Amino acid sequence: MLKYTIKRFLLMIMTIWIIATLTFVLMNAIPGSPFNEERTSNEAVQANLEAHFNLDQSPLVQYAGYLKSIATFDYGPSIKKPNDSVNDLLSRGFPISAELGIISVTVALLSGVVLGVIAALRHNGIIDYLAMTIAVLGISIPNFVLATLLIQQLSVNAGVLPVATWSSPMHMILPTIALATGPMAIIARLTRSSMLEVLTQDYIKMARAKGLSPMTIIVKHALKNALMPVVTIMGTILAGVLTGTFVIEKIFAIPGMGQYFVESINQRDYPVIMGTTVFYSAFLVVILFIVDITYGFLDPRVKIHKEEGN
Amino acid sequence: MEKILEVNDLHVSFLTYGGEVKAVRGVSFDLHKGETLAIVGESGCGKSVTASSLMKLIPTPPGKISQGSIKFKDRELVNLSDKQMRKIRGVDISMIFQDPMTALNPTLTIGTQLTEGLKQHRNISNKEAKIKALEMLDLVGIPYPEERLKQYPHQFSGGMRQRIVIAIALICEPDLLIADEPTTALDVTIQAQILELFERIQQETNVAIILITHDLGVVAKVADRIAVMYAGKIIESGTKHELFYEPLHPYTQGLLNSIPRLDKKGEKLEPIDGTPPDLFSPPQGCPFTARCPHAMVACEKVYPPRYQASEEHYGECWLYDERVKKYQSS
Repeated sequence: MLKYTIKRFLLMIMTIWIIATLTFVLMNAIPGSPFNEERTSNEAVQANLEAHFNLDQSPLVQYAGYLKSIATFDYGPSIKKPNDSVNDLLSRGFPISAELGIISVTVALLSGVVLGVIAALRHNGIIDYLAMTIAVLGISIPNFVLATLLIQQLSVNAGVLPVATWSSPMHMILPTIALATGPMAIIARLTRSSMLEVLTQDYIKMARAKGLSPMTIIVKHALKNALMPVVTIMGTILAGVLTGTFVIEKIFAIPGMGQYFVESINQRDYPVIMGTTVFYSAFLVVILFIVDITYGFLDPRVKIHKEEGN
Repeated sequence: MEKILEVNDLHVSFLTYGGEVKAVRGVSFDLHKGETLAIVGESGCGKSVTASSLMKLIPTPPGKISQGSIKFKDRELVNLSDKQMRKIRGVDISMIFQDPMTALNPTLTIGTQLTEGLKQHRNISNKEAKIKALEMLDLVGIPYPEERLKQYPHQFSGGMRQRIVIAIALICEPDLLIADEPTTALDVTIQAQILELFERIQQETNVAIILITHDLGVVAKVADRIAVMYAGKIIESGTKHELFYEPLHPYTQGLLNSIPRLDKKGEKLEPIDGTPPDLFSPPQGCPFTARCPHAMVACEKVYPPRYQASEEHYGECWLYDERVKKYQSS
């Protein structure tokens, strides 16, 4: 297990390096510089600014500089917001984004699994059809459409919930629903089909033959096996939620990390692009690693296989 | 000996989109303490459905016990609720499944799977449950039980897993054990070991066993009595000796002829031609008519009456009817 963890850790660093490099190449491939939009027609001023941020040097030197800043976790100040360092922006935005993300993923996972299990147990019944209709709707409606609908119906028309920002639990309800519905629908469908398959297995019949209660059979015997595909898809879902936060944060005016990310690309704010990209990718890679470790806890066969494989 | 199970005119059917499948059509038998009854028949004859019905483990819907009674120790099971049945399953009646590779949950340790039934039904501590589990593993012949308890099913061979399945079935000391093709998925050498284990367990615990199988070799080794099923009915039943040496029904005769024999060299095997009838619309007469070498007009029209050859032995066939005999001799 230790060997596996070390191997995975080295791979994680490789992945982050590749992402950082690709980001750097793409960043330089886009025409324009941070100072293009500004009305600084004075070329001398622009040259000064570029010199200040090392932008007048060769791409290779810049690249080396970026790698160094990644390695030391110090991305320097933002070009556009000279009063903030990139680290300041991250430490201000990330807790809010993380809160939104974690709440949404938790809601999506819990409600998705419960919906899926109920649908499977009432296979081909009314509840099953209802749950799957909700699931198909959830997958089909993009989160930005759902967000605007929710704002219009619940905030503007009904006036029950606040329209925007992130200042109290009440404010969190709409963004969470908007962000969690899609993933919830995917999880529900997957849990249902996987649960239906598991429920026909002999060991479920055997558990019934032992005289166990339906609840014990479902939770202890069926769910643990049925959740394997759900764990597999969690990596993808987390990536989806991560990008979803950009959109949702924009719609609900939530001061999370997403706005810095989008803004920085629009404004060619190189240090911020670099910082947020590396941060997001590192975050995602770590999550995928955790997902992989979770397999071992759910299914003992996976652990053995890996130990033998290494 | 004490009679523990009495099944009377049991009918089980499944409602499907294509119509009602009458899988079991009036099965009656009884079972005494410490006895082994083998239910024999080819695939689809209703023997597994009969076995599952005894514990009311058939999926409902689509399946249902449409008629008949199952009396276990003088208690009627047919109209018990699932909740009441749960107190009987695993405690009074246990079941062993065909494929040990799929009957154990891959994500739980052997120890958990062994003790959970015990903890559910008896008010005992974890420590006592563990002691009982070790005892059971020892009984079914698994070495190093202490370490084995913490292991998962994939760390065991097929034969070992079937021993564990047996241990799980017996841990609450049931009076009746239903074994649904317990050796079919195993190697022949392992089969013999498992059958010996059954015999030993029966001597030690005096449990009654219903053995569902299509393997007449297995039957010859362990059964006391045999019931032959065809198209959802028991067409012949008797002691092992009677059935093997004086089979009444042409189907039983056909089954016995289709076994390879070591003492008759060079003879061709005689399979029974044809296939069993469709249970969507079972024939009103004897279901074996279409494949029977002795078929008569009566067979097709009317189900034959029971012919009682001895106290235990009966067959349901027109060949033994007085009227037919009279007609044939004239």
